[in-house]
Amino acid sequence: MSSVTLNNIVKRFGSFTAVHRTDLEIPEGAFLTLLGPSGCGKTTNLRMIAGLLDPTEGEILIGGRRVNDVPIHKRNLGIVFQNYALFPHKTVAENIAFGLKYRDVPSGDIPGKVQAALDLVQLPDVGHRYPKELSGGQQQRIALARAIVIEPDVLLLDEPLSALDANLREDMRVELKRIQDQIGVTTVFVTHDQSEALAMSDQIVVMSAGRIEQVGAPQEVYNNPASEFVANFLGASNVFPAECLEAGPSGAVLQTALFGKVPLPVEKSMRVAGAGPAKLVLRAEKLQVMKAGATPEGMITAPATVETVDYQGQTVRYFVRVGDTQLQAINMIDGYPFSKGSAVTVAFRPRDGSALAGR
Amino acid sequence: MAERATSLGWQVIRGYAVLVYIFMFLPVMVVVLLSFNASQFGSFPMTGFSFRWFIELWENEAILRAFRTSVILGLLTAAISTTLGVLASLALVRYRVPGANMISTILIAPILVPEVVLAVALLLFLNFLGVNKSFTLLLFGHVIFTLPFVILVVQARLISIRRDVEEAAMSLGASPVQTFFQITLPLMLPAVLAGALFAFTISFDDITGTLFWKPGGVETVPTQIFAMLRNSISPEINALGTVMIVMTVGLPLLGAAIARQISKKSGL
Repeated sequence: MSSVTLNNIVKRFGSFTAVHRTDLEIPEGAFLTLLGPSGCGKTTNLRMIAGLLDPTEGEILIGGRRVNDVPIHKRNLGIVFQNYALFPHKTVAENIAFGLKYRDVPSGDIPGKVQAALDLVQLPDVGHRYPKELSGGQQQRIALARAIVIEPDVLLLDEPLSALDANLREDMRVELKRIQDQIGVTTVFVTHDQSEALAMSDQIVVMSAGRIEQVGAPQEVYNNPASEFVANFLGASNVFPAECLEAGPSGAVLQTALFGKVPLPVEKSMRVAGAGPAKLVLRAEKLQVMKAGATPEGMITAPATVETVDYQGQTVRYFVRVGDTQLQAINMIDGYPFSKGSAVTVAFRPRDGSALAGR
Repeated sequence: MAERATSLGWQVIRGYAVLVYIFMFLPVMVVVLLSFNASQFGSFPMTGFSFRWFIELWENEAILRAFRTSVILGLLTAAISTTLGVLASLALVRYRVPGANMISTILIAPILVPEVVLAVALLLFLNFLGVNKSFTLLLFGHVIFTLPFVILVVQARLISIRRDVEEAAMSLGASPVQTFFQITLPLMLPAVLAGALFAFTISFDDITGTLFWKPGGVETVPTQIFAMLRNSISPEINALGTVMIVMTVGLPLLGAAIARQISKKSGL
């Protein structure tokens, strides 16, 4: 178990810069997720930590030791790949034992360790089988067992769930988190799936176009996005222009064209320094669509027209028009949704908004 | 389906296919049949069944010598071509080699160039360098000629072996060399064996290049048959032909069976 530090890392491929100057500190035992769309540099970062790519500039430290010149096979890492990467010509037990052969493990201890790893991933009886005889989910568990049996300093997970189908993915998510909690290994998880990131991480690093957009706990990143990109990448958000009238220790007040004055608490307005141009971010889930003329207590309202109804059973997604702006609202519903074209009122609590500086 | 299979058009196509096969394989069958003919003359009707010509073959010192030469040449060609082919494929597929496409084309080119041209070119080139014909030169020629087949087969297999399997092995502590022997080589073994068999059988039946490159006094089985045919058509040749057919058809079949067995086990 070790911390991982990226100092001033830059990675270029020819003239293309995959990762712009990056600093990142991954504390010992943390579960950190690199989240972003494909091509954002998250996998490049993971592969540099793994030693599969060399950074163009900067240094990587694992447990305080500089590892730039340490080849992958001497870094003591566990890696789980998207497509499992099990050795097809070896049995499950031989797959798991593979890493132990290159460590000072007495050969008599190997079967016991292999069995313990199989027990940990809850597949105690498959040791004698070949990978192709197992389902995708089982193969991914074996890949995990193979990565953790060597007691790695850091566990690197490269989109390990994306090859699985939806139901299995949610089970494996819980399972993976349980195992990580149990062994407490520092873990770097790469995904493009926001719900995986929110469910599993201690810390989320949101990346876009080779740059880190925000680092924070899941609740922080979700509730208080640092940029429009983050607001839209983690679920759907409405972002619209506003004018910050005042900002201080007691919060801020934003003037918007659609909703008038919106007072924000201090923790939601720390990204605006003072009066000036700003943006108001409002998650689609926080915007309530109500009967026309409703005046709910403590909420800011505006009249609107329903333009599109995307009914999903338990929830419904509305596109509503307020003035000349289209907003998105995702609401839990009980019964029937509002129909297309109805006049409604949209409402939100001021503390559910958050502010970004600038235009 | 049943309707289609019995329609006139399909009957015609089927009949035509059978004719093509007869045209291709009848001469081979005739050779095999006549090799068991008891008569002095290699022609029908057969006068009886006998192993006489195989026994004479076994007692013919020149043929045995040619056979040994062919086998040794084939084995050496297979060993060298396979080693070079595997290394070249690894370089071309796994590493970024500058000009990889051009190197690949040059390595494959001997298949595209008519063999006579290749044979004469190599001979003239070595004459120019003042190198005399020798067994080594013959071997060299066979390697050039069989290398493309090995590279094509091994490269295709190597592309299908996912890079992340090797990366996984290295992340678990295996050095690149250990990874090659533990993971990559076992996974591409069927292709390596197939390549080696190709190289052996191609070398074993090659005549064009061999006629140009072989030093005086050295004969391989094909050149020996060729020499014998110039004198007379002895039924021994039928027997020798049968042996050649068994080897060049049987070995690849055996190889395919072994490769399939390996693949079945590894699930690829």
